[in-house]
Amino acid sequence: MEAILFYLTALVAIVSAIFVIKCRNPINSALNLVSTFICLAVLYIMLECPFMAAIQIMVYAGAIMVLVIFVIMLLNLGSIGKSSNSRGMAAGGVLAALMLLLTNAFLRRGDVSGTGGEVTSELIKSYGHTELIGKAMFTDFLLPFEIASILLLVAIVGAVIISKRDV
Amino acid sequence: MTPEVLTLSNTPLLYTAAMLVKVVVAFVVTLLIVAYATWAERKIIGRMQTRCGPTMTGYKGLLQPIADGLKLFFKEDIIPAQAHWFAFIIAPMMILAPAFISISVIPFGSDYQFTYDGILYSVPLQVTDLNIGVLFIMAMAGLGVYGIVLGGLASNNKYSLIGGIRSTAQMVSYELAAGLSIIAIFMLSETLSLRGIVSAQQLPLWGLEFLPSWFHNWYIFTQPLAFGLFFISSLAEINRTPFDLPEAETELVSGFCTEYSSMKYALFFMGEYANMITISAIGATLFLGGWDGPFFSWMNFLFKVFAFMFVFIWIRATFPRLRYDQLMFLGWKIMLPLALANVLVTGFAVLLWQ
Repeated sequence: MEAILFYLTALVAIVSAIFVIKCRNPINSALNLVSTFICLAVLYIMLECPFMAAIQIMVYAGAIMVLVIFVIMLLNLGSIGKSSNSRGMAAGGVLAALMLLLTNAFLRRGDVSGTGGEVTSELIKSYGHTELIGKAMFTDFLLPFEIASILLLVAIVGAVIISKRDV
Repeated sequence: MTPEVLTLSNTPLLYTAAMLVKVVVAFVVTLLIVAYATWAERKIIGRMQTRCGPTMTGYKGLLQPIADGLKLFFKEDIIPAQAHWFAFIIAPMMILAPAFISISVIPFGSDYQFTYDGILYSVPLQVTDLNIGVLFIMAMAGLGVYGIVLGGLASNNKYSLIGGIRSTAQMVSYELAAGLSIIAIFMLSETLSLRGIVSAQQLPLWGLEFLPSWFHNWYIFTQPLAFGLFFISSLAEINRTPFDLPEAETELVSGFCTEYSSMKYALFFMGEYANMITISAIGATLFLGGWDGPFFSWMNFLFKVFAFMFVFIWIRATFPRLRYDQLMFLGWKIMLPLALANVLVTGFAVLLWQ
């Protein structure tokens, strides 16, 4: 049952990811990207990470993609004609294939896959996924968390400076 | 000796039956409230403007929603030639679906107990109790924007486009304030499950034991500012007056749904009311103690939802529409800082008293 659900979700995710880059109309691409994000959220739920799934939908599907569609609306992008840069496309394709092989090799050789960590299904059930993430973020991973927040702050200040003519 | 109370999880057949009944009841009741909310809105606004509202169809116009539905159902369905047809068709569905999905995590009553085959079972009156219930609802509210945005974008009409752009900007900005005001709630309740939040509100008010025992700790008393912020930003999120700029009739014909006709227009209309019901139910659950109150459990809940909806309609009858820059000013420069300050103060209070 779970395997069927996984393959179904993965199929939809991959097909819509292909459509993101194949569609000529930017609205279609954006909608397909939303569907990919929702499939990823379903995969997170199957990995027993409900918090991640909710945040995935809230941030990516609910906020970032809405802004992308907003930009499409404002720029009034029509369909994009066929690009003639076939050499660049070939190089990109070769690189992507190499990356796929590399990831596959790492997944097969590494000792990460198949081994359970400290966080087990029982722990998530008894303690709660949100609580676990919160605790990890504010104790073990406090420094990366703060660095990320400083980066975001810099980005916000930059956006304000770019958009305002006289600060 | 008390009989053993069982949850249904170990009897799959009974569990499935109870689940189906809950889903169907929640869905049908929501649809009924959607239909009769239109009637109530026209009646109430009519009375407030010293008119009668609908009176001709059925007793006191009670059949008006059905007549309207039939009329819209049999109208010609037009898709503009220049429209982006896929997005045009999918937009009304995308506005209605998230509103109905959100209903599924809302607890509309306390546990219902019944005996079957000599065993006492207890069923929670809630379709499903997610332990991330509040986040789920916020995620669905975020997805609700797509209906309006795509409707505005796909119609290939200037009025629709402006309506869509306005609503995107408005919903994205007010979602922040709404989310931050809810954060103060789950700092107090220490859970994200809506059922947990309701049971956290059954304690005595402010933790004071000497107050009368029927005086429960509803979060409207502990978090009045959060309630105000939530109420205003949810008005903005569901595009009700005074924030109904996306469909301002006097400037934009009817905004994002200008090009829509027949059942697609009806779906937009239903979506607006379904969103209103969802927001009322969330407000009742988070701030007014859910099913807690003087009557039988789910009656309290319905009563609170109706009270919320009455206030929404009342506001529509009395307030003028905001100007667009006023709306943005209110959202970003007043509500957002207030919500942040509320979270900060709540954090300190929780640290000091718990």
